[in-house]
Amino acid sequence: MSEDSPILFGLYVPPHPQPLLSPDANQGYSNLRAAFETCRKRIEESDADLILVYSTTWPSVVGHQIQALKESIWTHVDDDFHYLGSMPYNFKIDTDFANEYCSAAKKRGLHARTVEYEGFPIDTGSVVALSLLNPDNRIPACIVSSNMYANRSETIVLGKSASDALIAQGKKAVIVVVSSLSNRMFTEHIDPADDRIHSSKDNEWNEKILQFFADGRLEDLSQLSREIHGQIRVQKVVAYKPAWWLASAMGQHNNYQGEVLAYEALHGSGGAVIQLTPSTGSFGDKEFDEDDVEFYQGDRNVLNKENF
Amino acid sequence: MTKGEIVLGCLAPHPPHLVYAENPPQNEAFSEGGWETLRWGYAKLARKLKTIDYDAIVIFTPHWQTYIGTHFLGLPEFKSKSVDPVFPNLFRYNYDLRVDVELAEAMHEETAKAGIITKMMRNPDFRVDYGTITSCHLLNPDWDKPIVTISSNRNSHYYSNEVMIEQAKALGEACMKAIEKSGKKVVLVSSHSLSHRHFVTEAPLPEDMSREHIYNHSQYVWDMKIIDMFRDGKMQEVVDIMPEYTEQTIAETEAGGLIWMMAAMGVPSYPAEIYGYQSVIGTGNCIACWDPNNNTRELVL
Ligand SMILES: [Fe+2]
Repeated sequence: MSEDSPILFGLYVPPHPQPLLSPDANQGYSNLRAAFETCRKRIEESDADLILVYSTTWPSVVGHQIQALKESIWTHVDDDFHYLGSMPYNFKIDTDFANEYCSAAKKRGLHARTVEYEGFPIDTGSVVALSLLNPDNRIPACIVSSNMYANRSETIVLGKSASDALIAQGKKAVIVVVSSLSNRMFTEHIDPADDRIHSSKDNEWNEKILQFFADGRLEDLSQLSREIHGQIRVQKVVAYKPAWWLASAMGQHNNYQGEVLAYEALHGSGGAVIQLTPSTGSFGDKEFDEDDVEFYQGDRNVLNKENF
Repeated sequence: MTKGEIVLGCLAPHPPHLVYAENPPQNEAFSEGGWETLRWGYAKLARKLKTIDYDAIVIFTPHWQTYIGTHFLGLPEFKSKSVDPVFPNLFRYNYDLRVDVELAEAMHEETAKAGIITKMMRNPDFRVDYGTITSCHLLNPDWDKPIVTISSNRNSHYYSNEVMIEQAKALGEACMKAIEKSGKKVVLVSSHSLSHRHFVTEAPLPEDMSREHIYNHSQYVWDMKIIDMFRDGKMQEVVDIMPEYTEQTIAETEAGGLIWMMAAMGVPSYPAEIYGYQSVIGTGNCIACWDPNNNTRELVL
C-alpha cells in the first residue's frame, strides 16, 4: 500500500439481505457470504482503527448525515424481504470520528450533520455490511448517507472529506461502499434457486465494470459513472455515486490492486464483493473528461438569481 | 351482509414537521410550533372524521417502498418507535396501533386475483413507516380505529409514471371490491405531498416560519393547477395529467397513492373539500377530502 494513505483498502459490497439471512437458499448467496467472510478476516488482520461505510440504501435530504450514536442497537426488518427474517444489530460507532467527518465536510462547503438518536433506522445495506464484516464490533464503525439530490461535485467532496477526517485523527480505515452493480430486481417473488441477473445487458455491463475493478482502474470507473447510471441503474436517484465517493476518498487514480471475490445475482440485481488495495503500479491514467473539485460551491444553475 | 363502502377519501400529506409542531406526548422532539395553515386544516378534517361512522382507515404510503409487488400489514398490532431517517431531529414517535388484518387479507386476496404481485407482511419486528404514522396521527389523534397500510410499489422507478398509473388503478379497483365484500365502512387515505422538491439545508430552528416557502414558482403554479381541478371535481383530468405533473414537479404522487384512491372511489366528478395548502421545507402540501355523501359535502376553503 502507499505510505501516506489513511485508507488500508476499500470494499464494494451489495446491500441485499440474502447473504446475511438466507445464504443457503442459493449457491450464489453462499458465495457472496463466503466473500464477506474473507473480507472480515482481512479486516481483522489489518491494523484498521475504523470501518467507514457509505451506503446507497441510506438516502438523505438535508445535506449529508453521519451516524454518531455510540451504541446503535435495534432490530431491523427490510421493506421488501421482511419474510426472510429480522436483523438485530448492535453497532459500536466511533462518535469522535463522526464529528470530525462532519466538520471536515462543512469545511469543504457541504451541508452535513451527525445523527445521534436511539432507534434511528440504520438501512438494510449498512446493517448487512457491518453484521458480516465486523460481527463482534472488534473495531468501531461509522456510516455516511447518500444525499438523494447530490450529484458529482458534492459526492467527490464528501469522499475527500472522509480522507481529511482520517488524516486529522491519525486513523487508519477500511472503507466500504454498499451498492449493487446493476440494480434492477425481478418485480415478482422468485424461487431463490432460479435467481439470475435480470438481463444479459445488465450482466454484460456488470462484467465490464468488474474488469475495471479487477484492473484497479478506480478513477476510470469514477469517470464512467454517468454512463453506468444511464445503462444499468433504475433511475431512483440522480446519479450512480459509489465510484465517485470511493475514488475521491481513496485517491483519484488507477493505482490499485483489484480483486473480485464474488459476483452473483441477488433477486435479479448484480451483487459483487470487491476489494481495492492502494498499490504502486498503475494501469495508466486515461484522459479524464470530468474536472476534479476541492470545495462544494453549490449547484451551478443555468438561471442564476444574480442574473436578474 | 350490507355492502361495504368508502365513506371518505383523504389526501393527507405526511411531513413529520406537522407532528413535531403539534408536540404530542408520543413524539420525543420539542417544537415551538409552525406550519399552522396545515395543522389547522388537519384539525378541521379530523373534526369532520369524528362525525362520520366508519370501521377502519386504509392508508397508502410512499414511505414503505417495495419493488417486489404491493404489500399489506398483516399482524393485529404494532408497537415500537418510528424515527424518521431524513428528519430524525423532528420525529421520534412512540406508536401503538391496531391493524384490521381481516380487511388487509381481503384486499390482498382481491389484489392477487387482479393479477397484481402482492404479499402480506407478518414480521412482528417490522417498523411501521412514518408516512402512515404522521397522516393517521393528524387525522385521528385518538388512534381509536384500526388501520391497514398498503406499501407503494415503485413502478414509476422501474417502468414509467404511465405504468404506475395503470397498476395503481388496478390496485384501487381491487381494494374497492374487497371493501364492498367486507361490509365495512372505510376511510381511504392517500398520504403524500404534491410538489416534492426539498431544500437540502434546514434552518437552525426548523419551525422558523420566516424561512419557509415553496422551492420555486413553477412548483407552486403546478400545485395550484391541480388543486383547482380538485375543487372543480375534474378528477379524470387529474388522472390524465398526472404523468406530466409528477415529472414536472417531482411530485410525491409518483408513488401512486392519489390514483389508487381515485380509482377505488370511481374517479369522483364532485368537488373536493380543500382544507389547506402550505409548503414544508420547500415541498407543496395540500389537505383535501372527497366526500361521496351529497348531504355532508361542504365548501370548506
Ligand atoms: Fe414523504
